Amino acid sequence: MDKKICILDYGSGNVKSVFNIVGSIVQNTVISNKADDIRTASHIILPGVGSFGAAMEKIRHKIPLDILTKEVLSKKKPFLGICVGMQVLAAKGFEFGDHPGLGWISGVVDKLDSGQLPLPHIGWNNIDIINSHPLLQGLNNNQDFYFVHSYVFQTSNQENIIATTQYGQRFNSIISKENISGVQFHPEKSQKAGKLLLSNFFQMR
Amino acid sequence: MKKKRLIPILLLRNGWLVQSKEFSRYQNLGNPETATLRLSQWASDELIFLDISRNDIYDLRRDDLGCANRHTFLEIIENISKVVFMPMTVGGKIKSLFDIEKRLSVGADKVSINTQLFNDEKIIQKSANEFGSQCIVASIDVKKENGKYFVYSNGGQKREDYLPIDWAKKVESLGAGEILLNSIDRDGMKTGYDIELIKGISDVVSIPVIAAGGVGEWSHFGQVLSETKVDAVAAANIFQYSDQSVYLAKKYLYEHNFNVRPPDLLEI
Repeated sequence: MDKKICILDYGSGNVKSVFNIVGSIVQNTVISNKADDIRTASHIILPGVGSFGAAMEKIRHKIPLDILTKEVLSKKKPFLGICVGMQVLAAKGFEFGDHPGLGWISGVVDKLDSGQLPLPHIGWNNIDIINSHPLLQGLNNNQDFYFVHSYVFQTSNQENIIATTQYGQRFNSIISKENISGVQFHPEKSQKAGKLLLSNFFQMR
Repeated sequence: MKKKRLIPILLLRNGWLVQSKEFSRYQNLGNPETATLRLSQWASDELIFLDISRNDIYDLRRDDLGCANRHTFLEIIENISKVVFMPMTVGGKIKSLFDIEKRLSVGADKVSINTQLFNDEKIIQKSANEFGSQCIVASIDVKKENGKYFVYSNGGQKREDYLPIDWAKKVESLGAGEILLNSIDRDGMKTGYDIELIKGISDVVSIPVIAAGGVGEWSHFGQVLSETKVDAVAAANIFQYSDQSVYLAKKYLYEHNFNVRPPDLLEI
């Protein structure tokens, strides 16, 4: 099947940056919230900036979740969440209140305990690989990626943790369960390493 | 571990990339889009674009293309964001939340604001609420007169009543996410950063400070990283004049055990 990438459109501010890099890898890329594009896509990306609750509310309003859920959970289409797009995979988020998430990977989203270090955590930081994964093909342990966030995805399922990062505390920077993956950093702003990670994602089936 | 950042600043004047000396003399360097591609290939950690035009005329003077080719500053940024995949800060001529939104929508991740902070202090709070404080960089230009530091606005033309340390604390309390600190006296002089100024400010704020102004050799980056608490080192002119400049600067810092990303040359 020919590749078609659907970047889910729900009014996230950085969707164009994601489109620019993804479109440079796979020409057939759309920014869309239409059921038809979600159904015909080979790979689905959920971008994100902002807070958990605000993102979830927009996602519920703008994206046909019944169709997305079927494509991802039943048909097992490769799915990648970026930053808040990763965080909403959790069952619950505690940013500005208590908000339900998609609940596709077991876990909760809570504030990063950075100790003396300032929040948000902004800048280039490295990952430490915990479990090997097709997303990391050709990438080194210690590879730097660009982060902007104050909250983190916590899970007790060790097998879902692909990589962690240190900033005051150790947190999960890449998680994955079957066809569903999430990255806390911004591959679309992480130059060569970000592009390689996205290319790896598009190789997943 | 989080890395210290090495940031080229690109000054754009009427659509041209320029070199600046003491905020008053400018020399054309060429097309900003080709220059940006090179800076990206040399693995810069971030880029800062400042529109320092005094009027609204933009002209890349590419008559050879056979069609009208006038790009506004924002069109230039938009074109750049399609080919370089890294964090970008955009500044110059920002007066309102709408101006900020326009810059974010063409691919900027952060905006840098200077003069408007004096006209409307609340713009920091309002924009931090709307877009997040990680998005708002307060740009502070400083000049030394009779041994005392003063804050300047309007591209170095107007002296404000604030002392730099007080102004830095104030923009932090209003919600700025970062401070871009530039020394007007050192601009284009190649004599090194104003360590006294930068230390004074990076000691009293907890938000990241980006040092700018005066770099003439790679060791100047090392000096400011060793002697102050800055989170990032920025420079303009020095990155435009030698092949692989950013790569070589980073190689210098990496080999001297500074906490920076390993030097790399990227294919885009």
